Amino acid sequence: MLSWACYTANQGSKTVRNFDPELAEIRFGYGLSPLYDAPKNVARMLDGLTGPDDMQRAFPIEPFVKFRARMVEVQRQNAIRRKNRGTELAAAARKQRNVINQEARVAMFDWLGQTMLRRVHTQTALRERIVAFWADHFTARGKRGVIRRGTSPYIEDAIRPFITGRFDDLLQAAVMHPLMLDYLDQTRSMGPASFRALKRGPKKAAGLNENLAREVLELHTLGVDGPYTQEDVTQLAELFTGLSFDARNGFKFRKDFAEPGSETVLGVDYGEEATVKSVRAALRDLAAHPSTARHLASKLAVHFVSDTPDPALVDALEAAYVDHDGQLMAMYDVLLNHPSSWERSVSNFKLPIDFVSSALRALAIPKDAFADRDEKWIRRFFGAPLAHMGQTWERPIGPDGWDEDDVAWITPQGVAARVSWSMAVPVRMIEPLPDPRAFAELALGSFANEAVRFAASAAESRPEAIGVVLMSPAFQRR
Amino acid sequence: MAKPVSRRDFLARIGLIGCSLAASPLLTPVSFAAAPWDTRLVVIILRGGMDGLDVVQPYGDPAFKRLRGSLALGPEGGAYDLDGYFALHPGLAPLIPLWEAGQLSFAHAVSTPYRDKRSHFDGQDLLEAGTTSLAGVRDGWLNRMLQAVPGVTSQTAYAVGRSDMRLLQGEAEVANWSPDARLKLSPQAVRLLELVTETDPALHAALSEAQLLSQVQDDAPKRGKSGHVQIAEFAAARLSQGARIAAFSLNGWDTHSAQSRSIDAALKRLSETLLTLRGKMRGDTWRKTAVVAMTEFGRTARQNGTGGTDHGTGGLMILAGGAIKGGHVFGDWPGLGDGNLYQDRDLMPTGDVRAHAAWVMRGLTGLDRHVMESAVFPGLDMGTDPGLIL
Repeated sequence: MLSWACYTANQGSKTVRNFDPELAEIRFGYGLSPLYDAPKNVARMLDGLTGPDDMQRAFPIEPFVKFRARMVEVQRQNAIRRKNRGTELAAAARKQRNVINQEARVAMFDWLGQTMLRRVHTQTALRERIVAFWADHFTARGKRGVIRRGTSPYIEDAIRPFITGRFDDLLQAAVMHPLMLDYLDQTRSMGPASFRALKRGPKKAAGLNENLAREVLELHTLGVDGPYTQEDVTQLAELFTGLSFDARNGFKFRKDFAEPGSETVLGVDYGEEATVKSVRAALRDLAAHPSTARHLASKLAVHFVSDTPDPALVDALEAAYVDHDGQLMAMYDVLLNHPSSWERSVSNFKLPIDFVSSALRALAIPKDAFADRDEKWIRRFFGAPLAHMGQTWERPIGPDGWDEDDVAWITPQGVAARVSWSMAVPVRMIEPLPDPRAFAELALGSFANEAVRFAASAAESRPEAIGVVLMSPAFQRR
Repeated sequence: MAKPVSRRDFLARIGLIGCSLAASPLLTPVSFAAAPWDTRLVVIILRGGMDGLDVVQPYGDPAFKRLRGSLALGPEGGAYDLDGYFALHPGLAPLIPLWEAGQLSFAHAVSTPYRDKRSHFDGQDLLEAGTTSLAGVRDGWLNRMLQAVPGVTSQTAYAVGRSDMRLLQGEAEVANWSPDARLKLSPQAVRLLELVTETDPALHAALSEAQLLSQVQDDAPKRGKSGHVQIAEFAAARLSQGARIAAFSLNGWDTHSAQSRSIDAALKRLSETLLTLRGKMRGDTWRKTAVVAMTEFGRTARQNGTGGTDHGTGGLMILAGGAIKGGHVFGDWPGLGDGNLYQDRDLMPTGDVRAHAAWVMRGLTGLDRHVMESAVFPGLDMGTDPGLIL
């Protein structure tokens, strides 16, 4: 349904004149792999987005619909506790709840490994990159209790299936997902004149929470420079009242929370009736807004090409979005067929998680690399180092996701953590480590220079040599 | 310790010189007592929008209780009565001894020039840029202050923690380090890293600085201490030696729902941070210190429907240390009654947070008012001296 079939590539199998297979892997994937060939042309890269999802099958991650069972179980144990306060039954339920929480934490680190392995073993790396891009655009995390571990399952359900359809569908899937509703405080936001609020009476506070409405306008659609006002935020927050979920059934519209009367957002009146239909209509209009086209075009170009992209690329991406009714494939097509996307001067500095992913890909860690690793091990060699590099796994600082600005990441403390990881962790993942000189050629391809070749041969030990190659600018940038 | 080391000596010792002296952007001498003033400034950015009306509650304002409902504690609800009009949130009770000792003050109803869009991210960027608009600004106000004084070295100012501090970015050299960062390398590894990053000035500079700072740091923080305590200890140690300025962030102030619970954790971090700074500074350093904590905006005057508050405008600044005039709630209180709120929604800002910061810096360093109003905060009118510094 949501597929490539909706959009016909305007370039066919023709490839942009300066297409470069190495750059295809480095800039639009997770770097070169000794195991898998780089894509031969743009058409292959685009086809790779819509073909069978081999990585999802090979390295499964629990979908959120299953993850909810953990939430249900926690609620069940909590209910037992409440009903039997002070008894052994309550103590047992408490213990059981802690077990569930702990299992979810273990699972979260397991999914970290699965995410890494997808990036190491994919032959369609652009797909993983685009999933990560939209997961960041729609940054969300659970706030309290077991749902805090639900980010990977959210990405699996709300992002991954929608990356090749229309932006509108992706927007609805992400914004109305339980994890997002929880993260941005939507579930308790109540229309001040809603049935529920009136029933509670004036004594008990009831009313709007405008967090989600603001971020939808500022981050997900129009962008902070978009033509919206505080009144639009408030009106959208009123329109959003009723969006909620429960652990057992997922998304749910609570009519008793919905504000009666019509709301007007950016001059459009969404009617008297408080239904989820009017919410969808508003999201559709926001997706179709010219400011959204501009915002998304600029974000894609900055993320994939450079902090200061060619304005012509941004214009072309914007036009693709507008001309093709928000079909994301049209944007990817333009992105990959634009000459400025293939300039060989690499500038974007890899974010820590991408740096680590691409190091593992260059090292070709086997498919069972995490199989007998416990949570503690993954935390020690991935969780803690990523935090030191500045990008704690699935704990973004705010709903705007991770900083795209290279300067934010090239800090002494962040670089120190990269060096330490590069020299200490590969030797624990691969036994024996590859020959450093060969590794330099494999990892950097034609981007290897004399300095790196010399360093690879002159280091005192193999782990140091591998570390130096991983820290070279040609590996750190894309 | 703290024997003066020149950067050149240091580079020579670790073998960086010889490979690429010309490419190394950090060639100024490093010494630990070179700044032309002796006072200390700590700037804390409170990210997420601290609710000033909750932290220093105007319980004497008749509209307060009506707007705030369950969040309005006042002295009856356990808040500490500061002056008969304002009361301190119980979450900051550990700071009462500071207030009583004249080492804690507040400035109420202050804001940056940022208005109306109420975005955290633009709000924080503007707070750190110190300007009236973000167009074309690449550096932060604290860095511009460093650019305006002579004798600044690469370790006069520290940006502490894992995240980037934009208010210290710019032309003047500053040290960036996190107390939990480590770098132990063989001399050969250092040389080779130097060699391979030669063509990348930014990466090269970060690596050189990491190498330098990892050796300056004297003792490893104890495992198990919270991040903010480690940061405060690290800042206290640096400031007790040669550093004059430290800046870092405290997150977690975006209290949209269940604020009575969610703000407690943030207040605990704040009070532990201030008390650690005071406790760990050596000699009379604390006596010479001004701590300034500021946030991107305040929050709505009305409590929202989920027991929290949404993004607002006028906010609160916190001042601490032995160098400040303690025991005051500064600022021009606009009132919360009908017609007094900004857009019938937020605390009306009556003071510019930059003017307060400027008066603090002027009080600490004697820097010229004209420099403050033209270079550090371009276009700012500092107004009359509120007397924040002793």
